[in-house]
Amino acid sequence: MIDARIDIQHSTLKTIQGLLRALLANGAVDGLLVPMSLPSGSVAPMLVTDPDALDQADPLAPVLPINAARAASLLTATDQQRTLGLVLRPCEIRALVELVKFQQANLDNALIIGIDCPGTYSVTDFQAADKDTLTSELLAGIASGEPRPHDGLAFRDACHICEQPLPQGDHLALAIGLAGVEPGSLYLRARDDLAETLELSPGEPPAGRAAAAHTYIDARTQARDAAFAQFRDRVHDIDSLLHEFSTCIRCHNCMINCPICYCRECIFRTPTFEHESQLFFQWAGRKGTVRMLPDTLLFHLTRLNHMVTSCIGCGICADVCPVDIPVGTIFRTVGQKAQAIFDYHPGRSLDDAAPVQDFREDELTTLGERHS
Amino acid sequence: MWIAVKPNGENVDMSEAEFEPTIIAFLCNWCTYTGADLAGTSRIQYPPNIRIIRLMCSGGLDPVYVSKALLEGADGVLIGGCHPGDCHYQSGNYKARRRIAILHAILQQLGLDPDRVWLRWISASEGQYFADTVSEMVDALKEMGPNPLKGVGQI
Repeated sequence: MIDARIDIQHSTLKTIQGLLRALLANGAVDGLLVPMSLPSGSVAPMLVTDPDALDQADPLAPVLPINAARAASLLTATDQQRTLGLVLRPCEIRALVELVKFQQANLDNALIIGIDCPGTYSVTDFQAADKDTLTSELLAGIASGEPRPHDGLAFRDACHICEQPLPQGDHLALAIGLAGVEPGSLYLRARDDLAETLELSPGEPPAGRAAAAHTYIDARTQARDAAFAQFRDRVHDIDSLLHEFSTCIRCHNCMINCPICYCRECIFRTPTFEHESQLFFQWAGRKGTVRMLPDTLLFHLTRLNHMVTSCIGCGICADVCPVDIPVGTIFRTVGQKAQAIFDYHPGRSLDDAAPVQDFREDELTTLGERHS
Repeated sequence: MWIAVKPNGENVDMSEAEFEPTIIAFLCNWCTYTGADLAGTSRIQYPPNIRIIRLMCSGGLDPVYVSKALLEGADGVLIGGCHPGDCHYQSGNYKARRRIAILHAILQQLGLDPDRVWLRWISASEGQYFADTVSEMVDALKEMGPNPLKGVGQI
């Protein structure tokens, strides 16, 4: 990997568009998955093969409509004939790393291009606001290590508590640094072949980068710990647990949009729990009442069991919840404990097997013994 | 009030009776289920509170079924597998062990009682140990009292 500093031409966005265009025009990639600005002003990830179309690329727009790791999975899981550049946020990269472990994506012919993330707004907040102002405020903020939300707006809950806002790991082909950069410049960390394609001259990371990153990661780690403590305070017994999920309408939105929930046939989308009417009557006879649709809490409990160790905290589940259950915070809080058992950090490295697909003979040795 | 269902489908109000816990047991075919069979053929006495579901391997048990049992009011869930190193399929019990560790952590974080879910390694020759395990679990569950989710209709 090569560290480099490049000067901003016109604007940060135009400079990044220029880098992406160079990758596409020079044949380093055959296509790019990148957030694009639409005529309506909204932003959506698109597969781009025409270098000229990159004028509309907007990877700096502070919004996360979907976790694009799902799109990366769709483009790479089957035969991947062409080289694909994936322009992703750090949480999307972490999700993609998990999907690779579960054989739902393949990076053999893909280049991951990460960009420092100052935080994102909800789709509706972003849509209603002056988008250029939101973006430029955050660019200035992240450079100084204090990206703050626009007056009157808040970051998405997941971003507010995100302690991993910088792309990291050996799987990155190119990282675009915004945190702690000197005015008028960008910081790049590129794989050697890409550095050559982009004609980068080796340099040092910006002097202020570590301090700037530290400042805002510290603030968000504190916010994270506060959110975890708040959840543990709020949910501590059966009544409070039932209360937390009581508004769930079992729409499955959280599961459908979760990048980690990849199962083609989820047990909750099969007739497994679609019992005959008389069985519901039997259960009602026992309990007095049976919630319909059934198995609302079972759905969440099962999703936790299946994927909480790989939850990378993008928070899309909470964004798509129509009744505002803080699903993302719940998964992150529970995930912290479940991941700690295996000292596992989802999305960190392709070399760490996910807990549910691995085991060690010499671990958890008291579990299963008589007096554990 | 809580109501038990007799095998003939009749409902019985159990509020006044002494609490008898219901245990759902998921036992692997090769070790614990055969151990339970041995307990039976050896005429070893153990409490009748257990409802056994035979699986080919503890590693084949999805936590959804353990969760379902708990949410439907089972007082305890016993998962029985081969001793570490003895799995008929080489490593199923190690995988089960991880899943139960994760399940315990989740139950703990959500304010549910992980002590209602027991994992035990019981071999085909340990009929006595199987019977003892059921007795111990029944005693422990009587101490804990009924599963508070029993009779909760809003789940």
